Amino acid sequence: MTEVLLDVRNLHKSFGALKATDDVSLTLKPGEIHALIGPNGAGKSTLIKQIAGGLRSDSGTVHFAGQDVTPLSTVQRARAGLGRTFQISSLAMEYTVLQNAVLGALGQSGRVMRFFAPVMRQKELREEALRALELVGLADHAAKRTADLSHGQRRQLEVAVALTLRPKVFLMDEPMAGLGAGGSKALTGFLDGLRAEAPILLVEHDMDAVFALADRISVLVYGQIIATGTAAEIKADPQVRVAYLGEEDAA
Amino acid sequence: MSFILLIEQVLNGVQSGVMLFLMAAGLTLIFGVMGLINLAHGSLYMVGAFAAAAVAAATGSFLLALVAALAAAALAGCLIEMTVIRRLYDRDHLDQVLATFALILIFSEGTRFLFGSFPLFLDIPAALSGPVMLPGGIQYPLYRLVIIGVGLAIAAGLFLLIARTRIGIQIRAGEADREMIAALGIDIAKLYTLIFALGAALAGLAGALVGAIQSVQVGMGEPVLILAFVVIVIGGIGSIKGALIGALLVGLTDTLGSVLLPLFFANFMEASAATSVGSSLASMSIYILMAGVLLFKPTGLFGEA
Amino acid sequence: MTRETILNTFLFLLLPATALAAFALDEPFIITLATKAAILALAGVGLNIALGLGGLVSFGHAAFFGLGGYAMGILAAHAQSYTPIMESPFLIEGTKSMPVIWLVALAVSALAALLIGALSLRTSGVYFIMVTLAFGQMLFYFAISWPAYGGEDGLSIYVRNGFPGLNTLDPLTFFGIAFVILAAVLFFAGRLARAPFGLALSAARQNAERVEAVGLAPFKLRLVAFVISGAVTGLAGALFADLNRFVSPTMFSWQTSGEIMIFVILGGVGRLFGPVAGAALFILLEHVLGGLSEFWHIYLGLLLLLVVLFARGGMIGLIAGREVAHD
Repeated sequence: MTEVLLDVRNLHKSFGALKATDDVSLTLKPGEIHALIGPNGAGKSTLIKQIAGGLRSDSGTVHFAGQDVTPLSTVQRARAGLGRTFQISSLAMEYTVLQNAVLGALGQSGRVMRFFAPVMRQKELREEALRALELVGLADHAAKRTADLSHGQRRQLEVAVALTLRPKVFLMDEPMAGLGAGGSKALTGFLDGLRAEAPILLVEHDMDAVFALADRISVLVYGQIIATGTAAEIKADPQVRVAYLGEEDAA
Repeated sequence: MSFILLIEQVLNGVQSGVMLFLMAAGLTLIFGVMGLINLAHGSLYMVGAFAAAAVAAATGSFLLALVAALAAAALAGCLIEMTVIRRLYDRDHLDQVLATFALILIFSEGTRFLFGSFPLFLDIPAALSGPVMLPGGIQYPLYRLVIIGVGLAIAAGLFLLIARTRIGIQIRAGEADREMIAALGIDIAKLYTLIFALGAALAGLAGALVGAIQSVQVGMGEPVLILAFVVIVIGGIGSIKGALIGALLVGLTDTLGSVLLPLFFANFMEASAATSVGSSLASMSIYILMAGVLLFKPTGLFGEA
Repeated sequence: MTRETILNTFLFLLLPATALAAFALDEPFIITLATKAAILALAGVGLNIALGLGGLVSFGHAAFFGLGGYAMGILAAHAQSYTPIMESPFLIEGTKSMPVIWLVALAVSALAALLIGALSLRTSGVYFIMVTLAFGQMLFYFAISWPAYGGEDGLSIYVRNGFPGLNTLDPLTFFGIAFVILAAVLFFAGRLARAPFGLALSAARQNAERVEAVGLAPFKLRLVAFVISGAVTGLAGALFADLNRFVSPTMFSWQTSGEIMIFVILGGVGRLFGPVAGAALFILLEHVLGGLSEFWHIYLGLLLLLVVLFARGGMIGLIAGREVAHD
């Protein structure tokens, strides 16, 4: 089965004279982790917004599981099966950890226009939320206020909320950002197992994690994908070495 | 309806639009630079009108009255900026609304306490009273024509101030980035007080100028404040150009609507029904205009997304 | 029980206790004040759904309060003059029946909230405040310039409307009606806050991006909240009109919007019983300070300023402390 779950075709986006996204195409197949790397300012954030919604492309299309989602809003794309985590944790800070996870499960169930029964006592939502918290290792902190979580725990909660959506595709924007070495390693192990649930488009700066996890790597430079391949191929690609890894090595 | 009457109404619309601009310009500047929504701006309009009426009654000089209006409103502006408003810059909009609403209560009741509940009257100076003959045989009150001139001159002055002067550069820098302006070594607290006082003075001047046409009374500022909000919603927050165009649109729509709509309905209704339907609709016309802008451009005609 | 629960219970019982004590002491005016507090609290509970739960700073809730009032005024005025409201294409007659009036008030203000909300919610932040204020003002001017129902002078209703089986002319009975409605709406609002809708709405206030990412549309949540909020405030408007047996454009004025907001703030934003505390305090201040000085709004302004600058949780926040995230 080589069905493509996420199919990005020929996306363009310009801001004035600046081509932020220049004819980008990429795919995500079941069971894989496809890493997107590139130096700062390469246009990763723009590309993510074009895929997740919230920024209209000048041209090109985005398909999820065969469905053209290009005209759809962020909300509709989430409902179509995109589980997204944010680069900077984006959570309801007044809520408990469990409430944030239940919010995700509620979004997935779609039964939000209910005005009477207490949501935190709804068994399926609670169980789904707790399952996700369990998976990321936050179950012990379920009753904690989100604002009181550490940075790393917030990253974990981001992933947990995405899990409750039971997405067809994960889109993770630098999930390792700001995690210590131990945290990165634990999350790397977790994401490794997660690909069985749904494939992951992983935008990440942590090269150890990328080379350990990615089945395929695409390198984005100045809005263009200059190479796509396995970790070994990318490491050996002379263009990449000049444009990107060279800088990294020098740094 | 005659052509002459129409021209007269257009001029009336421009006149009320220009006065609205004086209110809206201050509001939009204060919002653009400090991020503050100031409901008490209408109170400053009232302060200007009362100061003018009191000084005119005491001295008989309209010019002194205008100076008093500018000074009193600017002073009141400085005072509330330094005691209350500056504590609100970092607060959310709800706190700003409530605190400035509290200021309205204090200003209105304070003014009632000082001047009583009866309206005061501010007379048009003799030199400016009476009509003037315009080309085309149109008679129009000289005072209103002068108001239009003064308003447009101030608008031009504001554009120059913001485009050409050091203060203007600082204002634009402040709109872009508070930290940058602090990094430039500009005393931000002083700049904010200055901008607030400038906005207050404009509101006070408008209050005094309009006070000579209408009566000067407690609560006169808030209807104008809300109209100025409509102006800002139409023009776009933070844009002086938007404020000018929005103000003229609102002034013209309001004035022409109340004259033209009853006439329009008279074409297919009996006279009394036409008057009542027409004037009711006219009272809503500027809000309908605002709703239209919201539908097509929620950030206003000149606002940024 | 948490301190807030104890406080809420106390607040809840304060109004009927006052009304009953006033009845025992034969002070009908105090009963009327308690009724007024209950009705204004209801208006505040309505606003609090939008403001506290949804974070929607509506400065135009007088629109719904006034529409509720005029729904009562127009229906009752036609009933008392025995003239139908309209004859073609079908006959609509006035009524003096409270339940019918309430339903009409709910429906009319919900519809208005749908329209005003659909437009206003295209904006956010200060724009939203200014736009809601402007729409409230629009209805104010419309009420003034529409001559059929009293224009600037408003409408007087000679006899209070009726409720099957009750003597609504009795002050204590009318208080009871207002209080039961307040209690029912408080119960509903409390459930709403904990229901799926409340969880999502409050999350949209805290972080709209998060809510979108889980596939829920903040606009839709906010619009529904705005409609519920407007309908409740409209119901309060109908009761308020019945209390005074009078409606006038003042109900639509921006000061009314400001006062409804004051009830919510004095009590504590987002607290279920905040508007009850706020409205009771407001009536108390109006009565006590108003008796001392003609210029009591100065003191009200100073108090409001102090609460905003120094006691952001309002009264309930001062007494009960920070809100605990409930599970």
